[in-house]
Amino acid sequence: MKLYEYMGKKLFADYHIPIPRGRVVETEEEASKAAVELGGAVVKSQVLTGKRGKSGGISFVDTPEEASREASRILQMEIGGEQVKNVLMEEKHPPEKELYLALTVDGEARRPLVLASQYGGMDIEEVPDEHIVKWPLDALVGYHPYIAREICHQLGIEGKAVKSFIKLLGSLYQLFKEKDAELLEINPLGWYGEELIALDSKVVIDDDALYRQKDLPQVEEKTDMEKKASQMGLAYVDLGGDVAVMANGAGITMATLDLVQHFGGTPANFLDFGGGAGEEKTAGALELLLGTNPRVILINIFGGITRCDVVARAFVNVKERQGIAIPFFFRLVGTNEEEGRKILEEAGIEVFQSMKEAVSRAVEESKKQGGGQ
Amino acid sequence: MAIYVEDKTRVIVQGITGNQGSFHASQMLEYGTKIVAGVTPGKHGEVVHGVPVYNTVSSAMQEHPADASVLFTPAPFAKDAALEALEAGIKILVLIPEHIPLNDAMEIMAVARYRGAVVVGPNTFGLVSSGKCKIGIMPNRFFTPGPVGVVSRSGTLCYEIVGQLKNEGLGTTTVVGLGGDRVVGQHFTDVLQEFEKDPETRAAVLVGEIGGSAEEEAAAYVRENISIPVVAYIAGKSAPSGKRMGHAGAIIERGRGSFESKETSLSESGIKVADLPHKIPGLVKEALE
Repeated sequence: MKLYEYMGKKLFADYHIPIPRGRVVETEEEASKAAVELGGAVVKSQVLTGKRGKSGGISFVDTPEEASREASRILQMEIGGEQVKNVLMEEKHPPEKELYLALTVDGEARRPLVLASQYGGMDIEEVPDEHIVKWPLDALVGYHPYIAREICHQLGIEGKAVKSFIKLLGSLYQLFKEKDAELLEINPLGWYGEELIALDSKVVIDDDALYRQKDLPQVEEKTDMEKKASQMGLAYVDLGGDVAVMANGAGITMATLDLVQHFGGTPANFLDFGGGAGEEKTAGALELLLGTNPRVILINIFGGITRCDVVARAFVNVKERQGIAIPFFFRLVGTNEEEGRKILEEAGIEVFQSMKEAVSRAVEESKKQGGGQ
Repeated sequence: MAIYVEDKTRVIVQGITGNQGSFHASQMLEYGTKIVAGVTPGKHGEVVHGVPVYNTVSSAMQEHPADASVLFTPAPFAKDAALEALEAGIKILVLIPEHIPLNDAMEIMAVARYRGAVVVGPNTFGLVSSGKCKIGIMPNRFFTPGPVGVVSRSGTLCYEIVGQLKNEGLGTTTVVGLGGDRVVGQHFTDVLQEFEKDPETRAAVLVGEIGGSAEEEAAAYVRENISIPVVAYIAGKSAPSGKRMGHAGAIIERGRGSFESKETSLSESGIKVADLPHKIPGLVKEALE
């Protein structure tokens, strides 16, 4: 779950990481008032997508009139498909230098990783590797000041700023652990001689840990359909084509989509209803799919933890309950396959054994219905 | 010889009294796996499919020394159960649950590193040395002995591919599910290294997917260290960028982890990349000849 900049900064402040003075406003009147209090200001649109600066979503103002005008303009903006709902008004406090600092999860090393650079302010992807210090942490050892001293040494930071850096990185690691962050990024980290101030925040919380992070604000960035799916424990992505696909497992769902495309069809969606789904979840997934009005439905089940009989029963129940007028293609193999096949065949449903055959027949049918690439 | 697990491997099932734990314990027993004990706190004295249940891993190990443990514990309790198994001396730990928080996974990996144990998963189907020992949730009948080692990031797609190999008369030595999460214990490189050392594994199949950099890592490793032929398949060619497709790993960001990047680096390392799953058996047969 991504947090808005102002939410991330609030978390930083809770952990004693210095941030600029400022507040969030929703109207131009409030923006003008904030500019008076702050004595000039930076007006920052609050959206989850990056590249706010380049799209004109950040503005520096000197007077209340300017603040009001710029806030009004930015509040009407849509950035990366996202409507701006509020702006963060912050004091203008230009740093001597801009650094980059982040804590993230390094899957390759299976450890938390500190990333730091003297070249802050720009997209870190554009900074050459030799200018980025990467320091993996050990979850058993945790954070200690020597780690920050070493990073400062490699960055060429000396003097009193080292003390500030030791404190800041310690706070950041504590926040990372306690709030189950998977990314904490400060870019730029403002350098003011002795002092360091977080001028921006990018915070991503581990979705799998949200159950134990009840105090955090809730941020929703899914479409209605995706939201509905995730509430049911399904992974759904809208892809806009003709063949609705439902499979059990992310890998096989992707492979099914690849095969649909290979045969000249267009997938309507990605719907992974997971391993070991019960009857209720399976029926829910199917009903969700029917709600998208596809031309053709393709179900690809290779049961491991998922039991074929459970899927078959759920399908037959939904079919009997609401009737399915759309053509569907059912591939079913794996755990309890014989029972599942029997249930479907007794309900007059053809069952495919080969994934290739089921997909090619589904695509063929979708073309007959007027779809295709 | 087999890698990781063999017919003598003694296994504990943590969470054996639950729905999934009990069902898959019976499937594993049917496959021939030596399950020596089950663990569920508070259920000491119960018997599941003839397997005695204990309250703790340590007490189970006193009566029934074991090499491996497989976890069916719900995600919020998985770290506790995993650390318990490692502390008790388990050397192969298979983590079935999905949705284990990253911080918990990193802590488990750190302790396993310190104790010299192998962790498979989390969010994995497990591993199987065909005809000898299955530790996991995959359907039994597809895993028959043969010359091919298979390593995969995703579960169901791996069964699909192993099933297709079997249809073409190609059995497997060992099949390992790495798990779909961002932090997992075993990587392609670790398993390929074991395949290389195993005289029975004459070819390896790598089943990857878009997102992350594990396949690129594997490609570089194969070029330097692996002499047996490797065939690969990468799922997600048709996926649009920036969309998360289920697995934590399956997201393309800023061009990294894309299908093209993976296909190129694998091909450049001499790995044959199948563009569709059903083309794998043919490529494996060619490689074996």
